[in-house]
Amino acid sequence: MPCAAFIRCIEPGVRMIARTTVSSDTPLVELRRVSKRFVKSLDIAAKIGNAFGAGVEEQVVHAVDRIDLRVAAGEVVGLVGESGCGKSTLGRLAIGLLAPTEGERLWRGASLTGMSAAEARKAQLKMQMIFQDPYASLNPRLRVVDIVGEAPVVHRVITAKQQVEYVGLMLNKVGLDPTLMRRYPHQFSGGQRARIGIARALAVKPEFLVCDESVAALDVSIQAQVLNLFMDLKAALNLTYLFISHDLGVVQYIADRVVVMYLGRVVESAPAAKLFNQPNHPYTQALLSEVGRVEPKKRTFVPIAGEIPSPLHPPPGCHFHPRCPHAMPVCREVVPALIEVSPRHYSACHLNTVGTQG
Amino acid sequence: MSAPVLAVEGLRTYFFTKAGIVKAVDDVSFSVARGEVMGLVGESGSGKSMTGYSLLGLIDPPGRIVGGSIVLNGVDLRALSAEGLRRMRGNRVAMIFQDPMMTLNPVLRVDVQMIEAIQAHEKVDMSAARQRAREALVKVGIPSPDERLAAYPHQFSGGMRQRVAIAIALLNHPDVIIADEPTTALDVTIQGQILYEMQKLTRDTGAALIWITHDLSVVAGLADRVSVMYAGRIVEQGTAEEVLGVPRHPYTRGLLDSVPSNNVRGVRLKQIPGMTPSLLDLPPGCPFRERCARAKPDCAKSPPLLPQDPAAHAVRCFHPLH
Repeated sequence: MPCAAFIRCIEPGVRMIARTTVSSDTPLVELRRVSKRFVKSLDIAAKIGNAFGAGVEEQVVHAVDRIDLRVAAGEVVGLVGESGCGKSTLGRLAIGLLAPTEGERLWRGASLTGMSAAEARKAQLKMQMIFQDPYASLNPRLRVVDIVGEAPVVHRVITAKQQVEYVGLMLNKVGLDPTLMRRYPHQFSGGQRARIGIARALAVKPEFLVCDESVAALDVSIQAQVLNLFMDLKAALNLTYLFISHDLGVVQYIADRVVVMYLGRVVESAPAAKLFNQPNHPYTQALLSEVGRVEPKKRTFVPIAGEIPSPLHPPPGCHFHPRCPHAMPVCREVVPALIEVSPRHYSACHLNTVGTQG
Repeated sequence: MSAPVLAVEGLRTYFFTKAGIVKAVDDVSFSVARGEVMGLVGESGSGKSMTGYSLLGLIDPPGRIVGGSIVLNGVDLRALSAEGLRRMRGNRVAMIFQDPMMTLNPVLRVDVQMIEAIQAHEKVDMSAARQRAREALVKVGIPSPDERLAAYPHQFSGGMRQRVAIAIALLNHPDVIIADEPTTALDVTIQGQILYEMQKLTRDTGAALIWITHDLSVVAGLADRVSVMYAGRIVEQGTAEEVLGVPRHPYTRGLLDSVPSNNVRGVRLKQIPGMTPSLLDLPPGCPFRERCARAKPDCAKSPPLLPQDPAAHAVRCFHPLH
């Protein structure tokens, strides 16, 4: 969709609010020391067993372990990590789909738990999510006009009478033909469905979007179209993104700042250019060496040893030490703190404090 | 280039559906030599997986191979009986699928599955077969193979499961291994490990490898030769340096330009407009012409893949980039 068409459908109001009320140092969204634990509690058999001394323990997964995350207005934060590292859980915590076990969530500097129900709902509406699977995340029995138009009517962004016109506007915005709004999701291709998912998120006029692997299921040529759409919408509507992805090439292209997670903890966080040029943490270095470059040169794959440990029994100390080529005795015992190694570049590695880098 | 182990000539696989004929594989020709890695690249629906399945005779009705030849070590696989083909499958040609959880039988231990695969093709006693299975696990880098042999597939992680699938493919020392997106479901660090193993294995065993994928970066690092498929046809073919370095077909160029890591941050990605056409009602002529910036009136005729020399950098386009 050409740029001119975007400019026509800019909501000037959204831009104004974003510009005037947020000072540069108050983040739009902030998570303070949030943790999420999933507990599989004991069933009756285990409880009876324990009464006789079987010693069955509850299984606890620390999906997210005391993480601080700040997303400034207008920023694109890339969240990377391998499967099971807790990046999706963190995204769901940020958006409020999951309640944190510990910690606090703030919107424009105000704690969401301290707000009245009406205020919290209003703030909540400003945050939306775009899901990974464009097939599973759309109700197959609803027409596009209802998929996109239901939420804004319920939340009184528009009246029921305006729905058709409004959905048409939204579809235009994401580059879909509004005449297709009477169709069902199965009548669209993968790329078109991704656009429907984006239109649905945009329909309630959000300011903050969590994109959870939103382009992972798409072919390269379609992925490029959707990434361009994300950037166009960001410019037109002054959106802020938390962009969750395992694809470092995509993150490098789209993100201003990158946060790297490993087994529930942040191991490194830095502005994108810095992180990709001078990665500090051994895990980030290993990840970056695997970034696919399309250089037609046979390369020798140098694999990083070992596998991601089970989050049920994470290794003590630094979670990465069993796979780390630089592991020292201290790494097995002490959890490294996330410290600022250079301006705005944070890393959690003992090498930085011991001073034996390399 | 040494004599090819596998030569495919004019392969056509059509699906005769109620809605019409789907030409999933349409005039595909290529060859692979011993120890060579060929990357078969394309987007979803381009027919790359169907090409792989056709080679093994795994096409189910309403699909049928309607033309062409598949010659493996001088034997035309298409002329073989069902029984003859069964003897080839898993023996001379092996396949690794995308999802190892679907490939492995969840209710059988790994050793049972591996021994079965050996004894299906050769008369070997139980202990010798078990020994060979153990060696195969060692070869693909599985630690403590003796315990792992007695484990069930669900006790393995995704990466380890894929290694078991690769080990099974290697059991009978096949001449050709067809790998259909085997690392797509895996994490990047695990993908790196598998690619490393595959690179080592092809070098050591001399098997030819056909690597089917949508990921250009994997092919760039792994393949000797690359074939790019679009709408059931090979549109460009050549060495990896030629195809990915100096592509001639506008589609290949467009694909490479769409890869985010090939682009500068903040600059709009160069995208291919439109989407892949439905194979059901493919218009005559070049299937890419509606998305192509170089299309001219003569693209309404179907261009051939030229030059015909299998070693050449060939392109199916009337107006190639150079």
